[in-house]
Amino acid sequence: MLGRLTIDAFPFYSWVAMAGAGVTVLGGLIVIGLLTYFKAWRYFWTEWMTSVDHKKIGIMYIVLALVMLLRGFIDAIMMRAQQAFALNSEGYLPPDHFEQIFSSHGTIMVFFMAMPFLTGLFNIVAPQQIGARDVAFPFMNSVSFWLTAAGAGLVLVSLVVGKFSEAGWTGYPPFSGIEYSPGVGVDYWLWALIVSGVGSTLTGINFVVTILKKRAPGMTLMRMPMFSWTTLVVSVLMAFAFPALTVVAIQLGLDRYLEFHFFTNGDGGNMMNFANLLWIWGHPEVYILILPAFGVYSEVVATFSGKRLFGYDSLVYATGCIGILSFTVWLHHFFTMGSSANVNAFFGIATMVIAVPTGVKVFDWLFTMYRGRIVFHPSMYWTIGFIVTFVIGGVSGVLLAPPPADYLMHNSTFLVAHFHNMLIPGALFGYLAGMNYWFPKAFGFKLDETWGIRAFWFWIVGFYLAFMPLYVLGFMGMVRRMEHYNVPEWQPYLQVAAVGAVLIMIGIGCIIMQLIVSVRERARNVDVTGDPWNGRTLEWATASPPAPYNFAVIPHVEDIDAFADMKRRGVVGEKPQHYEDIHMPKSTGAGVILGALGFLLGFAMIWHIYWLAAICLVAVLAVLVMRCSNDDDEYTITATEVEAFEKTRIHSSLTIPSDAEVAGAAAGKQPQPGNI
Amino acid sequence: MSGCGLDTAPILHPKGPIALAERDLIFTAIYVMMIVVIPVFVLAFLFVWRYRASGGKGKYTPDWSYSGKIDALIWLVPALIVATLGYLLWTTTHKLDPYKELASSEQAIEVHAIAQDWKWLFLYPEYGIATVNELAFPNERPLALKITSDTVMNSFIIPALGGQIYAMAGMTTRLHLIADEPGQFTGRNTMYSGNGFADQHFQAHAMTNSDFDAWVQKVRSGGTSLDAAAYTVLAEPSIAHGVEYYARYTPNLFDTILAKYASRPAHKSRMADH
Repeated sequence: MLGRLTIDAFPFYSWVAMAGAGVTVLGGLIVIGLLTYFKAWRYFWTEWMTSVDHKKIGIMYIVLALVMLLRGFIDAIMMRAQQAFALNSEGYLPPDHFEQIFSSHGTIMVFFMAMPFLTGLFNIVAPQQIGARDVAFPFMNSVSFWLTAAGAGLVLVSLVVGKFSEAGWTGYPPFSGIEYSPGVGVDYWLWALIVSGVGSTLTGINFVVTILKKRAPGMTLMRMPMFSWTTLVVSVLMAFAFPALTVVAIQLGLDRYLEFHFFTNGDGGNMMNFANLLWIWGHPEVYILILPAFGVYSEVVATFSGKRLFGYDSLVYATGCIGILSFTVWLHHFFTMGSSANVNAFFGIATMVIAVPTGVKVFDWLFTMYRGRIVFHPSMYWTIGFIVTFVIGGVSGVLLAPPPADYLMHNSTFLVAHFHNMLIPGALFGYLAGMNYWFPKAFGFKLDETWGIRAFWFWIVGFYLAFMPLYVLGFMGMVRRMEHYNVPEWQPYLQVAAVGAVLIMIGIGCIIMQLIVSVRERARNVDVTGDPWNGRTLEWATASPPAPYNFAVIPHVEDIDAFADMKRRGVVGEKPQHYEDIHMPKSTGAGVILGALGFLLGFAMIWHIYWLAAICLVAVLAVLVMRCSNDDDEYTITATEVEAFEKTRIHSSLTIPSDAEVAGAAAGKQPQPGNI
Repeated sequence: MSGCGLDTAPILHPKGPIALAERDLIFTAIYVMMIVVIPVFVLAFLFVWRYRASGGKGKYTPDWSYSGKIDALIWLVPALIVATLGYLLWTTTHKLDPYKELASSEQAIEVHAIAQDWKWLFLYPEYGIATVNELAFPNERPLALKITSDTVMNSFIIPALGGQIYAMAGMTTRLHLIADEPGQFTGRNTMYSGNGFADQHFQAHAMTNSDFDAWVQKVRSGGTSLDAAAYTVLAEPSIAHGVEYYARYTPNLFDTILAKYASRPAHKSRMADH
């Protein structure tokens, strides 16, 4: 009845695992308890879970990302603690637990921290930046989010019921095959990837169409803000790269469930095909994570230098080059697999070539600051910290690009240091800069700057302490994923790295404090103008937070810095001659129901509860058919309601309309959820 | 630097020409990259200081956003650097191809390395002996390794001599190394492979010809035989497996292990004929 799910699935075998399960369950209970105590279930359901408003979906993505950042970081600091002590001893973690931790750390940080964070920023910013009222497919957007959340849920549940994968975040077979990993761990990993991967593919498609079809009149591609450009390029990468991941995950699943032999040791399987397919997704994925941050930096550096972005055309072409080249370098993840010198050299050179457009971007940001007036907002701290730190990561990347150098450094902690040096400054710092920069747009009040700057300093110092020793350890011959070691010379470096992790923990604490302080003192930091930083792009033309329709009147764009240009021409705040009715998509519970079914389907498959999996599949089809047969999926905000809201906005310089007022302005027309 | 344990770092102090050439490639790349890195550091600190809103002395030109000269420079200089490094990459990748036999007046010593859970088995076809977790070879002769795996994917490296290549079941990879002088180096599997992974290392001993002959005699004198039954026992997973010597092993053991994973019976028999 319950497949292979028995009482043994619960982690009564180790106090560390019990504690992890306890924290997860407790966290879930606290959220449920708070929602119940504040009687917020209805509000949460109608305003958030069923919403198809891209701004709300974006906020939910980022909340998910921050929660998963905490979880992924706990994994990280547990590994650092283990390695700091495990010289000639077992430390406090047995090997199979250490293995689960490094596997879940990578999986969470890539799929359930970085991906939701960048997708959240796309959602909040990109439609407003191109002068659109919504994304192209609002319902699909909701489905994407809930599938991502379902995948994250599967990873979290693995802490409580069963175990997570021990095969690393890349899950190379044959180790991840059924012969060597017979438990549920790899299945948790697979289904989390498959369910959320579908969500990411849909997100990619959604934003490609949104940006190509929904730009405001006058906004040619070459007048599009840099963040929107990176959104477009990343969405193309997502739409093309993620199917490769989904396919390779399904193939590995067929190996595991139905005794196929795609990647097995014997019987015609070939593990090299897995490595190829995984990295055909995996390398574009690196740029999927990094390019959105590049977009954020481009916006932040121009705004806080009070200046036009330097070399806009170059930045656009560099972004495009990186997007295309990202599909030509995947083999550098396995130079050591025995390819011929010609093949290795080709991919090595392709890898180096990517450094050129990346270098161009760094200089473009520097020359944007040149002859500017630099204001040191926290987002600017993250940007400058990124420029300096990322260059070091770039150098270590070029060092790894020549195959003979990679023969020495592959699988070493040097490699671990390299990719963290790319992804922490190159992605996470950018997302945090974006959070500081666009927070007032999403919520109507600014984030506290003091705590933001503290967070930055702890993070950056912690980063250097945590990862520079790993570069050195790579030279000393230490390889990744060692749960203990016997070389005394390594230990001091690992202890410094552990101190770095503690500083990063304080940095995360500062971000939490920043959110708490900002919410508490929101009255003081309220943004009434919608344009708190003297912004240059169209998202600053809307209210903070924006009306559900973003723009009462779609702006006409005449310049790259469309909003700066409008301010210069003095057309901002002009009352239009008349307002029009605006049609917006209705909320729907179908997205969250599909997400829940995706979660259940994954869970059922992981535990071989096939009757439940079959029911879920039928239910998914049923929900899709019902949703597609429903033509009543829009509601109208009348011209009068729009005018009423816009009046409060334009003529009030003291108060910003609250959520309630905005909702009130569209009273009676608010979508009733539950109507699939 | 010696206080930081760096004098023991095998990558920084290679003990063979292959590792030395690989290390030098890394160093060259670092030096060349400084052409870009130093300007970025200098400009970052200079611009941030000079154009800060709170009292920076720099001029403010809010609409200045393009200079053809700067644009050309920031594309061309990195492109030139990459072209230079790319040329270097192409030649060194061919020169240091792990499959390429090393030029030497001495005949190479062939060793077959087999990855197991979680240890390394070494076969010496020339001498008919086998060892576990100890690799000895004369430093005057190049070391020609044929590598496979009887378990999941592994990766074979001796960082002080050069590296590294995957070990995969049913497939043979090759690695050619040579040591400058007698010495003892740590080698290991770098590809995560399960519970015993952390302890899956071995000692590689480069020795003079006469020492090596004595070592071969020592291995032979033990008299243990690695026959099919003994191999089955050895192939069982074991953690931190000690050194073992075998005076003889089943002929064609390497090919038999390869053939285990071949897909078709016809292919299996052909492989076994080797």
